[in-house]
Amino acid sequence: MEIDLPLVDKQIELLKAGDLVHLNGWIYTARDAAHKRMMEDQLLGNILPFDLQRQTIYYAGPAPTPPGKVIGSIGPTTSSRMDPFTSFMLHQGVKGFIGKGPRSKEIRRALQQHGAVYFAAIGGAAALQARSILKIETIAYEDLGAEAIRRLYVSGMAVYVANDCHGGSIFPEENEYKE
Amino acid sequence: MRQVSASEITRKVSELCMDANYNLNDDIVSALQKAMIQEEDNRAQEVLGLLLQNADVARREHMAICQDTGMAVVFMELGQEVHVVDGDLEAAVHEGVRQGYQQGYLRKSTTHPITRENIGDNTPAILHLRMVSGDQIKITVAPKGFGSENMGGLFFLKPGDGVKGIYDVVLETVLKAGGNPCPPIIIGVGIGGTMEHCTFLAKKALLRHIGSYHPEPSIASMEKELLNLVNQTNIGPQGFGGKTTALFVAIETSPTHIAGLPVAVNIGCHATRHKTDYL
Repeated sequence: MEIDLPLVDKQIELLKAGDLVHLNGWIYTARDAAHKRMMEDQLLGNILPFDLQRQTIYYAGPAPTPPGKVIGSIGPTTSSRMDPFTSFMLHQGVKGFIGKGPRSKEIRRALQQHGAVYFAAIGGAAALQARSILKIETIAYEDLGAEAIRRLYVSGMAVYVANDCHGGSIFPEENEYKE
Repeated sequence: MRQVSASEITRKVSELCMDANYNLNDDIVSALQKAMIQEEDNRAQEVLGLLLQNADVARREHMAICQDTGMAVVFMELGQEVHVVDGDLEAAVHEGVRQGYQQGYLRKSTTHPITRENIGDNTPAILHLRMVSGDQIKITVAPKGFGSENMGGLFFLKPGDGVKGIYDVVLETVLKAGGNPCPPIIIGVGIGGTMEHCTFLAKKALLRHIGSYHPEPSIASMEKELLNLVNQTNIGPQGFGGKTTALFVAIETSPTHIAGLPVAVNIGCHATRHKTDYL
């Protein structure tokens, strides 16, 4: 299934855990440090570096771009580390998250409440995935190096629907997130 | 005494950093191919296929297999007949990591543990230096990503817990890790020694060639049995389910104290990168 970004509600409702989908459009990278700083910025009353409304966040920090390439290798980092920040992101209007590994029960419930979706990219398939990224721009927190916020234009980026907005999960029940 | 210049060590470490990050080892490629044939779950098969395709792209295009190009763990066996000249040995290793990560377009992931300020050049190397006989230097670079490193554990069992206790903590660690360390994983288990030696053994076990079991038959059968148990968890590739949760379990042992049974579990991701060369 082809998905155009930003996500619209109708599309999100159609997504079912386990589906392999292809994303097309802009996504934003943010890892641990960028999440922490965005939350601090919000608390201090600063304007966030981009409008998060309906956007998709990718938990990733790419390798440097080799000559002749658009981007270096890029793949997902462990999503559960971002669990403490996810409620905040959902309240800012984020509709999609891309990462790897299972999420906590609370996050799965929050995704349902906010009508949002969590996608799993293939961890460790980073050279392959770099091919689906057509543009890259560093837009904030450049001092964070690999953890800076980057805007990526993706075309046909293959991800699995991991947690859908109806409570479904790609992970076998016995292997869901362990507290 | 044979003389080896510090700059040769730097060059070799730098080459190995790039080689390990671009070129998935053949034993892992074969294990992934074999798993793909044996796997019954369609999605698990599909994921294994993508990992193999990724390895191919990385090799041909000199790209990192994974964006997390890790902390550079360096195992060095220094022959006692070697005289390192024109520089400091440890500094030469760190410089090799600095150059390899810079020239190879590899991600710089090292950071101050408290302030979280990035060091900027992926140093320091984690250097395990051992003095051995002979006039050669054996260098292994094993870049270790933290998606998998974070999932490891150290356990102080009671001597009476025995083999059953060891199986329990390995399985507990794998189940807790679930889909996070990018399965199919490789599991390094250290048994015995002291606290720090036990964890070292677990790391060293990850360097083992897949399919080459421990020389002691009783340990080898533990490796096989554990692999079998781990592959019944239905974690599967990426945690999506399937019977390929691990490609291999390697155990390293050392005598320990009469009062203890330390066990360390170090999880390696599907790529578990390491390359070795000699000077």
